[in-house]
Amino acid sequence: MEPLTQRSLRDLRDAVRSGEVSAREVAQAHLNRIAEAEPSVSALLAVTADDALTQADAVDLARSRGDAIGALAGVPIALKDVICTRGVATTCGSRILSGWKPPYDATVTARLRAAGAVMLGKANCDEFAMGSSTENSAYGPTRNPWNLACVPGGSSGGSAAAVAVGEVAGSLGSDTGGSIRQPAALCGIVGLKPTYGRVSRFGLVAYASSLDQIGPMARSVEDAALLLDAIAGLDPLDATSVDAPPFRAESAMRGDIRGLRIGVPTEFMGDGVDGPVASAVRAAVEALCALGATAEECSLPTARHSLATYYILAPAEASSNLARYDGVRFGVRAAGGFGHAGMTEASREAGFGAETKQRILVGTYALSAGYYDAYYLQAQKVRTLIRRDFDAAFKRFDVLVTPTSPTVAFGIGERSDDPLAMKLADVCTLPANMAGIPGVSIPCGMDRGLPIGLQIMGRSFDEETTLRAAHAYEQATHWHTLRPEVAC
Amino acid sequence: MPGTQVETRYVGSIGMEVHAELLTESKMFCGCRNAFGGEPNTRCCPVCLGLPGSLPVANRLAVELVVRAALALNCAISPIAKFDRKNYFYPDLPKGYQISQYDQPIGSGGWLDIESEAGPRRVHIRRVHLEEDTGKLMHLPTGDSAVDYNRSGVPLMEIVTEFPPDMSSADEARAYLVKLRAILTCIGVSDGKMEQGSLRCEPNISVRPEGSAAFGTKTEIKNLNSFRAVHRGVQHELARQVALLRRGDRVAQETRGWNEARGETVLQRVKEVEQEYRYFPEPDLMPVHIDDARVGLIRARLPELPDAARVRLVDQYGLSPAEADLLTQTAAWTAYFERAAGLCGNARATANWMMGELARLLNAANLEIEQCKAGPEALADLLAMVENGRISGKMAKGVWEAAFETGEAPAAIAARQGEQISDADALGAVLDSVIAAQPDVWQALCAGDEKKLTFMVGQIMKQTRGKANPGEVNRLLRERMAGGAQ
Repeated sequence: MEPLTQRSLRDLRDAVRSGEVSAREVAQAHLNRIAEAEPSVSALLAVTADDALTQADAVDLARSRGDAIGALAGVPIALKDVICTRGVATTCGSRILSGWKPPYDATVTARLRAAGAVMLGKANCDEFAMGSSTENSAYGPTRNPWNLACVPGGSSGGSAAAVAVGEVAGSLGSDTGGSIRQPAALCGIVGLKPTYGRVSRFGLVAYASSLDQIGPMARSVEDAALLLDAIAGLDPLDATSVDAPPFRAESAMRGDIRGLRIGVPTEFMGDGVDGPVASAVRAAVEALCALGATAEECSLPTARHSLATYYILAPAEASSNLARYDGVRFGVRAAGGFGHAGMTEASREAGFGAETKQRILVGTYALSAGYYDAYYLQAQKVRTLIRRDFDAAFKRFDVLVTPTSPTVAFGIGERSDDPLAMKLADVCTLPANMAGIPGVSIPCGMDRGLPIGLQIMGRSFDEETTLRAAHAYEQATHWHTLRPEVAC
Repeated sequence: MPGTQVETRYVGSIGMEVHAELLTESKMFCGCRNAFGGEPNTRCCPVCLGLPGSLPVANRLAVELVVRAALALNCAISPIAKFDRKNYFYPDLPKGYQISQYDQPIGSGGWLDIESEAGPRRVHIRRVHLEEDTGKLMHLPTGDSAVDYNRSGVPLMEIVTEFPPDMSSADEARAYLVKLRAILTCIGVSDGKMEQGSLRCEPNISVRPEGSAAFGTKTEIKNLNSFRAVHRGVQHELARQVALLRRGDRVAQETRGWNEARGETVLQRVKEVEQEYRYFPEPDLMPVHIDDARVGLIRARLPELPDAARVRLVDQYGLSPAEADLLTQTAAWTAYFERAAGLCGNARATANWMMGELARLLNAANLEIEQCKAGPEALADLLAMVENGRISGKMAKGVWEAAFETGEAPAAIAARQGEQISDADALGAVLDSVIAAQPDVWQALCAGDEKKLTFMVGQIMKQTRGKANPGEVNRLLRERMAGGAQ
């Protein structure tokens, strides 16, 4: 029989529900897998074994009593370390929050708890979700399960690697410019960035508030959909969450894609996209057409400005969001420095990593009087234009298909001295954040032993069509069944 | 005189920034209770502590209160309430930014009218906006600093006067603040307690030679927590600047704190460069729409404002404008006056009593009229007892003090203390005995030595332990004098 750690999230849920296995057995099997694989991949910053077993026992007890159990009862998961977990250290991959235990749960954490999911640990990430390789974590890099010399992508690299090696059945990441989809692509799993406003950000430590969105990562589209189902919906604690028609996982998994109109934006298939990646994406489009969809090339002329726009808006918001780390109330307070200013300077100097400092500087500059109009305001205008391009495209197409990342995983340290090359890793994913629309990455091929990701973007709050297309493709191909051979 | 040089005359320019904490149940962006004082850090949560991951949710009542205030101040109302971040580092500011309003304040282009010794003046208001209050920094005896975040996130309204400033004197500055406080308390958006810091004012002051078009360098005064302090602070600062200029020095752009004990402003912070706040739209909050119908509804529900009440009090009760000013200083004063005057039917006596005895006792006890145990019903009863002669004016003061202290009904206090003696027979008997004891004085009085009258009244009061009705005693004495002269 397939080991528990290879089974899908849905399978595990059903097995626990039917009594085939206990939630404790499921949790223990995954904790064993964590012990086995962590030395290789370093996906987790904290393993909450005791809490996990207690939660699992509660599920088993409830089930044995015949009490109602949640929709994800007994499902083992991990949360990116930028998501607050009551009483469990939440570091954001930063020294400045080392050991900080939030006194409250993020809304997504609370919803997953309520659904009976069992949290096994907190996943590594680039500091404050700033990065594309998880190399910016203050606690060391995570390794790509397909090739330990490579990065897992980022910033949700830990969440992706943990799922890929079977440490957990699913995880949550956060996506500001591609931080869910790009590591999902590089680790050969499914990662969904929902529509901005679909999932509450309450308890997500902010990087760039107008772009951040929490989303699921799993080994199948259906598993990702089940996670989204559990976390989505209006939250009175997040004023930017939206009262949209609810997302229902089952309906996204039903029906075929005959007549689905696919747009293939040429801007995402040009220079900079590796040959094997472009070929895999073209093959995927053909596969979708074989299932009854129609495809046509199209253009999103302003999308190419996404990178520049992003690197104004995100650092600007970050420079403000990260001002609260001053050593006064929580996190690291460095010794030395005179008075409040001195204490703040010393704490920030010691607590933040280089990339974070750089983005704070860039953002501070972009917001300064005299530069605001030229940078921040201008970037907001461009963002509006990008959004309009997407609106126009979605008048003709139901989904847009692109590569998730222009390349497969790169080597650890390979792009550390080339910030532009590093940032180009997000060039295909950034536009969806600019427009606020949903985007999913699914495995669609292999290149030199490393996974290739296919990105499918849909209309705002139409995760259903987006995931239906992804699910149909997945069912017709075998890419999602491939597993890395780490510590097996 | 050496030479005939005329000393340069200077004119002052005074602008004002006023912050008022709003009377909401909960804070601006979270569910914590909005109240004054309490054990430090007992009314805070992840949101008002700015913990990582927390998000603000706007208090709609606070938006409504600011609309109400802006309407009462004759402002145009913005169709949306949009929030911005004002970024700066300070330990009492937990997020490293204050959520405020930058380019689209809820209210703009308003005014209020004041009257001072210099005559009536319209003070224009540039903007009325909504923001959140900060925590409070406390310096401990150990030399450490501590922060109390109970105040952090309390809804705060900022009201800024227009530039160029309309005000030029300390009198006007105080009159502006008095009127503003009257309006804000009248419409129920602020409790106006300057001593608790729920109403704070920061005047900015400059002087320039008379006739000069260019404004002088301005300074800002903080820590003014009473009307008196505002008046003294502004007066002192105007004088300080004029003295500097006369000496040939220049005024530095700085923030100065008012030192009440020393009666002077002292340097707090030099502001040579404009602080860079890096404002940008708050991405965590969607703009709140304020539609016309809603504005219309809020306008329709505004109570009678102090200016209107003042005019009405003059018309309806025959008060002087100055008296009406005092009695409309807050809505509670107006309500108290009208209730008491209505009950006892004597507006003149009610006004005198409120401006005299009631104001004196409130001041001495440092209480607001709302906290007064003796309500308008008690005052009306007291004044009725004086009017119908049951107690003397002098006795009334004692009864009132007791009522003010304990809240007991004046009639009950008066009954216990013994009521006034107005009965002519009873007073006549007392008078007889006083005349018998002081025959020489009586004769002198009857002979026309009017000064002796006071003495005789005093003797009667002494015998009756102050309960004799002085009017009646006077009448009786005159009657007897007329009789004695026959």
